[in-house]
Amino acid sequence: MARIGVFVCHCGTNIAGVVDVARVAKYAESLPGVRASIDYKYMCSDPGQNTVIEAIKKYNLDRIVVSACSPRMHEGTFRKTMERAGLNPYLMEMANIREHVSWVHSDDKELATQKAMKVMEMAVAKVRRSEALSKMYASIEKRALVIGGGIAGIQAAIDIAAAGYKVVLVEKEPSIGGRMAQLDKTFPTLDCSACILTPKMVAVAQDPNITLMTYAEVVEVCGYVGQFDVKIKQKAKSVNSKCIGCGVCITKCPNKKSLSEFNEKLAPRKAIYTPFPQAVPNVPVIDRENCTFFKTGKCKICEKVCPTGAIEYSQQDEIIKEKFGAVVVATGFNIYDHSNYGEYGYGEIKDVITSLQFERLLNSSGPTDGHVVRPSDHKEVKNVVFIQCVGSRDEAKHRPYCSRVCCMYTAKQAMLLKDHYPETQSYVFYIDIRSAGKNYEEFVQRAQNDYGVVYLRGRVSKIFERGEKLIVKGADTLSGAQVEVEADMVVLANGLEPRSHAKELAQLFHMSYDQYGFYNELHPKLAPVETAISGVYVAGCCISPKDIPDTVAQASATAAKVCALFAKEKMEVEPLIAAVNPLTCSGCETCYNVCPYSAIEMEDKEVKRGDVRHVAKVIESVCKGCGACVGSCYCKAVDLKGFSDRQVMNQIEAATQELSTKDKLQSTI
Amino acid sequence: MFKVAYFPGCSLSSTAKEYDVATRLVCEDLEIDLVEIPEWICCGATTAHITSELTASALPAKSLIWAEKHNMTITSPCSACFSRLKMAHINMEKDAELKKEVEEVTGEKYNGKAEVLHLTRVMLEKYGIEKIKEKLKKQLKGLKIASYYGCLMTRPPEVSENDRVENPMIMDNLARALGAEPVKWAYKTECCGAAFSLTKTEIVRKLTGEILKDAKACGADLVMVACPLCHSNLDARQPEISKLLKTNFNLPVLYFTQVMGLAMGYDYMDLMLNKHFIDPKPLLKAKGII
Repeated sequence: MARIGVFVCHCGTNIAGVVDVARVAKYAESLPGVRASIDYKYMCSDPGQNTVIEAIKKYNLDRIVVSACSPRMHEGTFRKTMERAGLNPYLMEMANIREHVSWVHSDDKELATQKAMKVMEMAVAKVRRSEALSKMYASIEKRALVIGGGIAGIQAAIDIAAAGYKVVLVEKEPSIGGRMAQLDKTFPTLDCSACILTPKMVAVAQDPNITLMTYAEVVEVCGYVGQFDVKIKQKAKSVNSKCIGCGVCITKCPNKKSLSEFNEKLAPRKAIYTPFPQAVPNVPVIDRENCTFFKTGKCKICEKVCPTGAIEYSQQDEIIKEKFGAVVVATGFNIYDHSNYGEYGYGEIKDVITSLQFERLLNSSGPTDGHVVRPSDHKEVKNVVFIQCVGSRDEAKHRPYCSRVCCMYTAKQAMLLKDHYPETQSYVFYIDIRSAGKNYEEFVQRAQNDYGVVYLRGRVSKIFERGEKLIVKGADTLSGAQVEVEADMVVLANGLEPRSHAKELAQLFHMSYDQYGFYNELHPKLAPVETAISGVYVAGCCISPKDIPDTVAQASATAAKVCALFAKEKMEVEPLIAAVNPLTCSGCETCYNVCPYSAIEMEDKEVKRGDVRHVAKVIESVCKGCGACVGSCYCKAVDLKGFSDRQVMNQIEAATQELSTKDKLQSTI
Repeated sequence: MFKVAYFPGCSLSSTAKEYDVATRLVCEDLEIDLVEIPEWICCGATTAHITSELTASALPAKSLIWAEKHNMTITSPCSACFSRLKMAHINMEKDAELKKEVEEVTGEKYNGKAEVLHLTRVMLEKYGIEKIKEKLKKQLKGLKIASYYGCLMTRPPEVSENDRVENPMIMDNLARALGAEPVKWAYKTECCGAAFSLTKTEIVRKLTGEILKDAKACGADLVMVACPLCHSNLDARQPEISKLLKTNFNLPVLYFTQVMGLAMGYDYMDLMLNKHFIDPKPLLKAKGII
């Protein structure tokens, strides 16, 4: 007969404020096999754990139930407590009476208490059949994959490489640099974005531990932490490694029909191109969709002018298979497409531009060499209206969230405009100013006080063209007046949203994401760069909108996580996996076919002397314990350690029985 | 010939008689059978919906039920009537309790099947712009038309079912089909002040003045409307607004069916163009249309 101890936690008032914990403990005493039942204020505290250990010794317990919070919180804690008490850590069950009971049933304390008793009783029923399990270990491929070559991916790659591990950095564009490379200056210090970014880009290129794969995409992922098998598609660049980056091919290319993605379509680019002058690697690619040769079969000028014979039209897309122990996903953001805003002209008014376009106009290596001119007629501007929260904080556009950086970059852009052109006047329409950050509020104040930027609290209802001017009609809710500004240009603070292929990438890794496509962290506070998929970490704006310092901090955090994983010789893995009983296995291969992890192999095994049969076998290091094979087995030959059919049946029986009469009597007293 | 349940609304037998006349003439040529709903009752207008949701839904429901019973699309040339009919339909769809009450009050069942469309959509979408072109007798060459939509043809979007609420084009497309030149202007959906014409006339003078100013500045010869109240503000109030703004707009304001009628060969008196305060005759003559 099992000797079970039940430990009921108050969690301060988190549980005890709703659930009558003493009654739960008292009820436990009535259950078969329970030799001790104790309630305590904080079971996870040192004294709480000591109470458990003392009770185990005093009552000679061989297994326990901790009735407290979610196993995601403290299962690890109490498994260690078991070890300290000299028991097998897998002879412990958590009964979650906090998240599953007190937090969700605070409106009915009596029913909550009854449910808590049931949840505890189920755990007792399960632990009665628990078996001692021993820890398992798996090997780790000590190479990291970083997806996305923006500042987040760059920082993560540099930090992981600095610890001595190999990194492959995959970027879908022809150069790393990402969004930060497009920015002119950065708030609140106004240092030049490229000046602080390019040294890091160069560091990536020069680091012997980092393999850079640009113009490449991850297309398939298998495996699990320590052993990810990843297929990467290297798109054909049409330029081989003989390229010395002289740029003659770009200069001579006669085809400039495409618009530069890097310059936010404000300027044309050639069919053979590098996105920007400081590109890393400084190797151009041919945009085959727009290249004259690829379209018509004639031209080949780049091949003729190339001094090193680096042009290679016959290059093919290539699939490269690699093995990685961990993955950092840092795919960044897109900006909201304002063609959904009819009041701002459905994206059809040329001089209503996006914030990123304005960055390119400000930038001295931008399409206008830093001259802020109107895209429509290239005239200089005098009055500029900035509109905040375009695709942010707008329920009507299904973007209720704040994009966090727009208040700051708008203040920055208005200040830079004034720096470039002292004669200009800026107006900012805003909802609230959100400037939480070191030196941020001071920065916005400077824009208002020293740069004379006029802040109008209200939304713009309409923008339309009148002659050469743009008429911006809006409300100033502080004075209660309707305002009309005659502007030369309107700059929209487009909100941030995930990259368009964010969801597809998440699906490759089985990562979860929210309704917008932002990746979900494992825990929003305590595991902000981990995901529900172990070994896959996330950083930067693919999780939620954030500024550069936060992005860099997150990137370094993912590197710390990867390094901590790689620092171990072997990785401890849960022994909660499937096992086949060869004596009852019929060899039907159903489990082999349903296993999503390819963790089952078929073998011919001598199950009894002289009786060789075709049976299934679980590859222990690959099995993730999902239970698909258990459910599919016709002969009940597969079972899951720690979740055996018998344990689960006993739990169901405990759940469906009436509460024992003993408690009912008590509750009426 | 396709049948449409016709809800003219009160203005079309009084201040907007010419709209009714032109609409019936044009529809006859297009072989659209306007079946006037027998004993149609007031849509409730603004008065009903600011006082009682039940009244505001029950009044249009009578007509909706008739249209549903006779399996016809229901239309109104008046933007306010259209809006009330459609709004009642939507509100009953959303609120089962309200629908029950309406059915009790009207004593009839409504299955929510009536299709409510503004007259512009019946003609340009249901009937089709290409078919209209076939019926034209002349092109309105050189005529610059500012199409004015106002509020109730465009807002709220779930009623108007217009995906370009801020820049509707349906009447502009019609103008182009008639051979005229649609004017690109900014005030096509601004509010004219509507019923404040009677209680706060100064507001209407200001708002309508802005609309007329923009139409004129953008080079319009005339303003084309699809709502009796918009028409009365833009046309009947125009002389006093001109005076107030020390200008002379002299911008004729025509119903879209009158403009269609011109292209279909009807003359000045057929279309009752003489009823307007701003006489379009000099303009139409100058352009060689009449």
